[in-house]
Amino acid sequence: MAISESHQRFLQILMSHGIMEASAVRKLHKHCCEVHKVHYMHDKLDDFVDVINKHLQPLFMQIRKGTDENDGRRYYSLVNIAENEVTKMAMDYAENELELFRKAMDLIIDSDNGFASSTNILNLADQLQSKKMKKKEVEQLLQNFVQDKWLIERDGEYSLHTRCLMEMEHYIQSTYQDMVKTCNICHNVAIQGQVCDNCGIKIHLTCVEKYFKGHEEPRCPQCAEGWSQEIPRLSQTDSPVPSTSQKETRAGQRKAISVAASTRSRRS
Amino acid sequence: MTQRRRGRPSLSQNTSRLQGGDMDMEEDVSFTQTLTQAQRNLEKHSPEQISLKVGELVQYLLIRDQKKLPIKRADIVKNVVKEYKDIYAELLLRAKKALLEVFGFQLEEIDTKAHIYILINTLERGEGDDLKVNDNTAKLGLLTVILSLIFMKGNTAKEVAIWETLRRLRVDPGERHEDFGDVKKLVTDEFVKQKYLEYNKVPHTDPPEYEFRWGPRAIKETSKLKILEFVSKIQQKDPKSWVTQYRDAQEIPRSQAPRASTSARS
Repeated sequence: MAISESHQRFLQILMSHGIMEASAVRKLHKHCCEVHKVHYMHDKLDDFVDVINKHLQPLFMQIRKGTDENDGRRYYSLVNIAENEVTKMAMDYAENELELFRKAMDLIIDSDNGFASSTNILNLADQLQSKKMKKKEVEQLLQNFVQDKWLIERDGEYSLHTRCLMEMEHYIQSTYQDMVKTCNICHNVAIQGQVCDNCGIKIHLTCVEKYFKGHEEPRCPQCAEGWSQEIPRLSQTDSPVPSTSQKETRAGQRKAISVAASTRSRRS
Repeated sequence: MTQRRRGRPSLSQNTSRLQGGDMDMEEDVSFTQTLTQAQRNLEKHSPEQISLKVGELVQYLLIRDQKKLPIKRADIVKNVVKEYKDIYAELLLRAKKALLEVFGFQLEEIDTKAHIYILINTLERGEGDDLKVNDNTAKLGLLTVILSLIFMKGNTAKEVAIWETLRRLRVDPGERHEDFGDVKKLVTDEFVKQKYLEYNKVPHTDPPEYEFRWGPRAIKETSKLKILEFVSKIQQKDPKSWVTQYRDAQEIPRSQAPRASTSARS
């Protein structure tokens, strides 16, 4: 099927957002069909996206679906699938800012729960080789990273935004290789999650919840030792709540995360 | 197109050529070919490498456009094209085609001397498009007002006249505005850099006076007719009641980018 103006509009709007939640994408699909008077079939979103992806393929781009590691929501984003230096980030930030981002990413990926504290990130300021930064500048920069959806911030700790994971999955895997763990349940890259105290496997919070649901004595799926972390209770997964209300829905998980953070034991 | 293959694994469908036991040899041969053909521009690069560059270029142009800043050829060469400079024209041509066909953006060279490009949306903004609302949304509202003022005043407006009208709309160029920040800087610097406005000294004025005109991006992205329609909606008057402006708006209506009615050419 040829690409039409409804597809182009869809693509343009998705791009302007950077990343969109699945329910918003479904609405957008409907909207674009209606604007261009194309027959709208609510169950044909995947086909609609496939048409666009066919045209994006020769350009090494793709609309990809991803899952928020934290609440299990599905997201859509236009990502670069070529192994080149043109990342969206490289154009918006200076060399030393990118260096700081890479170093912050090191900390995040090296941590058990997928979070790096702002204190530790701020301490990177005078370790930069390209050009040193003041702590205040780093603070501002972290805010920009959050605003541009590269990082998320929770209680003074930072982790990778879903968009960042989707866009940089390849980079992360090739750079960190064995260091970056895959979820023992869903086998996708796992940054935020819980780690088994005994054998060190990692599981996404959402996967922990699903996997251990109804288990009286949860045991590690790998080594069968008792699972010492608190099992998070995530009430909703895919309800069409506008993304602005994410803060509230995440409040419940915050507790689970801080518990995980305090009980975590460092791997050697 | 698939005649020459480089040592890299193929990215396109036609891999049959490399199949069979003589794969290593063929790689050797193509490697030496690369060296001997070094002068021949397009042939110097494999089709895969060229497609990769085109993809890179398309992404670069899209990302740059998000900030509405004009894109200089020098920057394109420095940041993306690099050692493919010899086939720059071909790369740009292919990127232009992809941007139009896949994304609905027309790549326009708004300054043929300095080689400055912008992307023009070929789709009309639809109601309920739900574009990301950011600082730019409010700024573009202010811009529309300024473009209207300039047009209604005969395509040139004195700076003082603009400030005066804005003040009446409670936007004071001397004060920090909640949405626009430094209004004077936004209007005389940001909009000018983005090529929405031109801001020039009026000749033979002392102390110097400045005036505004539409910049090339405004000319491409909107039209006098649309601006006149906007003004008539606000004033609740028939656009024809402004005889001069109406006539002006009717002239040269199509030096525009292809609009929604024009289908993408291949």
